[in-house]
Amino acid sequence: MNRELLLAAVAGMLFGAGLLVSGMADPARVLGFLTLGPGWDPSLAFVMAGALAITVPGFALAQRRGQPLFAKTFPAAPSSGIDRRLLIGAAIFGIGWGLQGYCPGPAVVAAGLGQWPALLFLPAMLLGAWLADSV
Amino acid sequence: MNLGDFAAPLAGGALIGLASLLLYAALGRIAGVSGIAFGVLPSHGGERHWRLLFLGGLVAGGWLATLAFGPLPPAAQFTGGAAALALGAGVLVGFGTRMGNGCTSGHGVCGLGRRSPRSLASVIVFMALGMATATLLRPLLT
Repeated sequence: MNRELLLAAVAGMLFGAGLLVSGMADPARVLGFLTLGPGWDPSLAFVMAGALAITVPGFALAQRRGQPLFAKTFPAAPSSGIDRRLLIGAAIFGIGWGLQGYCPGPAVVAAGLGQWPALLFLPAMLLGAWLADSV
Repeated sequence: MNLGDFAAPLAGGALIGLASLLLYAALGRIAGVSGIAFGVLPSHGGERHWRLLFLGGLVAGGWLATLAFGPLPPAAQFTGGAAALALGAGVLVGFGTRMGNGCTSGHGVCGLGRRSPRSLASVIVFMALGMATATLLRPLLT
C-alpha cells in the first residue's frame, strides 16, 4: 500500500474514533446540544473547541512550510467568496442536521456500526447531493 | 455539568483535529467528510482510492473505539415516522452540503482551521438553522 493511501486510512481511523469518543456519533447527544431551552447540553461545543485547538495552530505551521510533506501544494481557497450557494446550502444542511442529529461524518460511522437511522440517512444523503448537482 | 461531561468531547475533538491536520499537512487534503463521501460517487471519477480508505478508516476507527469505550446507545425504536425523518434529513444534508461545499468537518474543523471567511459564514448559518430546527421544528414532527 502506498504512503498516501496508508495515511488516508490512518487519518480516517483517528477521525472515526474521535467522532465516537466525542459523542458526535450519538444523534440523541447532538440533538441535546442543538435543542435550546431547559436541559440544554452544551458539552458538544467542546468537540469543536478540541478540534480547533489542533487545527488552527497546526494548519498555520503546516502552511509556513510552503507545501505538504507528501504533495505539491495546499488546496487553494475557493475564489467564490460568500455567495448565495454557500449560504443557502449551509441553511439546508442545518435544517437536515437539526431534524436528525446526523452530519455526514457521524452518519458514516453510525451506518458502519449498523444503526438503522444512519443506514437510511446515508443513501438519502447521496441522493440529496445528486439532486443538488442536477439543479 | 461536571468535568467528565466535557472531557470526552474535548478529547474526541482533539482526535478529529489531529486526523484533519494529518491529512492537511501530509497530503494537502481537506478532511471534509461530505466532500470525501460525494467524491466516491461514480460520476466523480479519479482519486477515489484515498477517499474510500478514509471512509473505511472512519468506520474502523469508530468500531475500535466502541471496543475500548463501549457501544453506541441503541438507536431509537423503528417507526414509519422516524424512518421518514431519517430519509428526509439525509436528503437535506446531502443537498445542502453539496450546494454549500462542506459540512461540520470541512467548513468547521478545517475551514475555521485555516481561517476561511467562507467557512465562518457557513458555520454560523448551519449552527443557527440546526439549533432553530431542533428547538422549534423537530418537536412538531416527532
